[in-house]
Amino acid sequence: MSEDNNTKGLLGWIDARFPLSKMYDEHLGKYYAPKNFNFWYFFGSLALLVLVLQIVTGIFLTMHYKPDGDMAFKSVEHIMRDVDWGWLIRYLHSTGASAFFIVVYLHMFRALIYGSYQKPRELIWLFGMFIFLALMAEAFMGYLLHWGQMSYWGAQVIISLFGAVPIVGDELTLWIRGDFVVSDATLNRFFALHVVAVPIVLLMLVVMHIIALHEVGSNNPDGIDIKKTKDANGVPLDGIPFHPYYSVKDLVGVVVFLILFSVVVFFMPEMGGYFLEYANFVPANQFKTPEHIAPVWYFTPFYAILRAVPDKLLGVIAMFSAIVVLFLLPWFDRGKVRSIRYRSTSFKWLLAMLIVSFVGLGYLGALPSTGIRTLFAQIFSVGYFGFFVGLWFISKNEITKPVPERVQ
Amino acid sequence: MRKILIIVAALIAPTMGWAAGGAATFPNDKIEIDWDDKAAMQRGARTYVNYCMSCHSAEFSRYNRVGADLGIADDLVRDNLIFTTDIHGEQTKVGELMKNTMNTAYAEEAFGVVPPDLSLIARSRGVNWLYNYLRGFYIDESRTGLGVNNGVFANVGMPHVLAELQGLQIPKYRSESDGHGGEHDVIVGFEIIKPGSMSKSEYDNTIHDLVAFLDYVAEPYKQTRRNVGTGVIIFLFGFLILAYMLKKEYWKDVH
Amino acid sequence: MPSDDTDNDRRRFLTAATVVVGAVGTVAVAVPFLSSWSPSARARTAGAPVVADISKLEPGQLVIVKWRGKPVWVVRRDEAALETLPEVTDQLRDPDSESSNQPVYATNEYRSRKPEYLIMEGICTHLGCSPTYQPEITADFQGGFFCPCHGSKFDFAGRVYKGVPAPLNLPVPPHYYMSDGVILIGEDGVA
Repeated sequence: MSEDNNTKGLLGWIDARFPLSKMYDEHLGKYYAPKNFNFWYFFGSLALLVLVLQIVTGIFLTMHYKPDGDMAFKSVEHIMRDVDWGWLIRYLHSTGASAFFIVVYLHMFRALIYGSYQKPRELIWLFGMFIFLALMAEAFMGYLLHWGQMSYWGAQVIISLFGAVPIVGDELTLWIRGDFVVSDATLNRFFALHVVAVPIVLLMLVVMHIIALHEVGSNNPDGIDIKKTKDANGVPLDGIPFHPYYSVKDLVGVVVFLILFSVVVFFMPEMGGYFLEYANFVPANQFKTPEHIAPVWYFTPFYAILRAVPDKLLGVIAMFSAIVVLFLLPWFDRGKVRSIRYRSTSFKWLLAMLIVSFVGLGYLGALPSTGIRTLFAQIFSVGYFGFFVGLWFISKNEITKPVPERVQ
Repeated sequence: MRKILIIVAALIAPTMGWAAGGAATFPNDKIEIDWDDKAAMQRGARTYVNYCMSCHSAEFSRYNRVGADLGIADDLVRDNLIFTTDIHGEQTKVGELMKNTMNTAYAEEAFGVVPPDLSLIARSRGVNWLYNYLRGFYIDESRTGLGVNNGVFANVGMPHVLAELQGLQIPKYRSESDGHGGEHDVIVGFEIIKPGSMSKSEYDNTIHDLVAFLDYVAEPYKQTRRNVGTGVIIFLFGFLILAYMLKKEYWKDVH
Repeated sequence: MPSDDTDNDRRRFLTAATVVVGAVGTVAVAVPFLSSWSPSARARTAGAPVVADISKLEPGQLVIVKWRGKPVWVVRRDEAALETLPEVTDQLRDPDSESSNQPVYATNEYRSRKPEYLIMEGICTHLGCSPTYQPEITADFQGGFFCPCHGSKFDFAGRVYKGVPAPLNLPVPPHYYMSDGVILIGEDGVA
């Protein structure tokens, strides 16, 4: 039964029954990551941290929250005032939701600039996109639970978008809501999905995302394949074991993040009405629509695209297309060079156009629409989609710089 | 490292200055709430329960929490702040929520709308809005039954409850172009034509104190939050130094 | 990868220091979450002391006052009831209330501040049923309280008999006399 290289003692007992040491080696101690990770490589571990934070704070909120139309808003204030430290748990969760999107957007940006979505990492990118979708659903449903004016009316607006689907639209919205308007029925099902179903899906997707990553190995800022140059033991020359080098480096990233996070949680949790919207301090009123309904900041770019198109159904299609093109990014990019450091000037201009458009759309999505703003939203929408179209064209015979063999 | 410090400093900077009190004109007058001035909030609490609470509950706030945070002993709270009883006629207990007895059906009939609960009004409207609103009632004969209108919230259903303190005023107008080639009148101030029991500065102070109380009620744990935050961030900075040193030490291996 | 001139001692020290400080931080973070399980202000208010007016109680009468969700009995014991107390002492499991739950001022034969009034939680110390009041003194049973669930018997001071499932005397809550006719249940008070 015993073999060579067996671990001893308690660890040995476990290893004979569960691949604990093997998993440690594969994913930490002997997982060789490129040694040139930079600032943009912090956001994966930070996303994992925020996920854990949201789950833990969410569980503790669920201990006091009441998912009932008459009691939901009150229960949130009960948490804020009557439950010991309830205000902290709530602010951690609300700030964490926004922090999650900041971290995830920056994490995705890293993939864009270093080509982390290119072969052989297309599946990692797809899993990531599914995580992004699940995250948006999770945030949207979580926001309704507060049952404030903005929760209620934001949900009313977004769910009624499904009414644009031809033929089945009205039945569909009725089915989603469980009632003729957003009501207690909607609240209860969103609660079940937000607390149980989507977190399970998210966790599974994150596990698959990381397994897919570890299967091919991490990309790096130079976009080169470190597995091409190995030493006598089969260890990539430009690789270093994740533990202890990146555990220790990610710890620094975590602490810096926690400092910035704490500044918001303890000193400006409302963030000028962007993280906790002012209208949401008023209980939901079915008969009174707020003057200005805006989605939470992380949805605004997509909302702006929706509003830029004057037709309801086409607007919905445009908004969903904006996500679909992201899914298809590995196939829009026909280039072979991964990192922006060695790509063409055209690529850099296209990426700049994408970022400017995305940020511009986000800014406009938070404001009421006017004639001139809609025009700009249309321009930025063209800029957004233009990135993908342009990339398809320029990437086929792209003029790139020579990519080095070893990391710089 | 320097980049990090600059970013952190830039993010902390806004917490250093609250809204500066300035000589702005109505309806943009700004006030500062000093959270260490508990006496002001106590006066505001007194004004609130005496003038506002019969219509506007503060149903997320507890009497004893108000007492503990503002330095008012329980028996003083019972004597001065609690005017309701339970169904047996026993005075509402000091640990109870600050609810009133206004019947919603009656309220809708009398005012057209149920007077909203004000526990969170300072967070949804903001202290400056409240300060201007409460000083912005003016005589308007066209409003039957109320006789007043409001320069911040046009055609509000609320009567001028504090008229006995402020007195009654009429608006001063200024013409402004409305951006479409026409002109309309904008209220820029008021003139008292029937004085109340307080002078203008006394009334402004009373309203300041009332708004301070509302700011407190909206988020009673605000000071605790800031104090804990200071401790947390100091700890994290210390931990950062240690973590950074640890990182540097291990990364000596990597070339 | 560590080489010959790595300062292993420095590494061990820094790692240990980081782990210790990190552990302190983790414990500090755990505190608010664990505290959130404490009774909230709403629960504390609902559990606040209760005033009971006993001025109209007839001798032998029992009234129930609700405190912290529990039934608290207030019994005005008559002479006959009080006389049974020394007589049943040798049949009791804990006649001096040494193991049972009551405040200092109720650790006596009457298990109360004043012999005339008994203030006691009406929850059987066996498995939590609420016993019935048996004011009649008969040959079989000298009166007191009887728990129908498993047959535990208690005397007029709530002291448990031997040979029944209940292990302890019925608990006495903190209480005091605000005046002769009014008691406050839930606090020890001054006297």
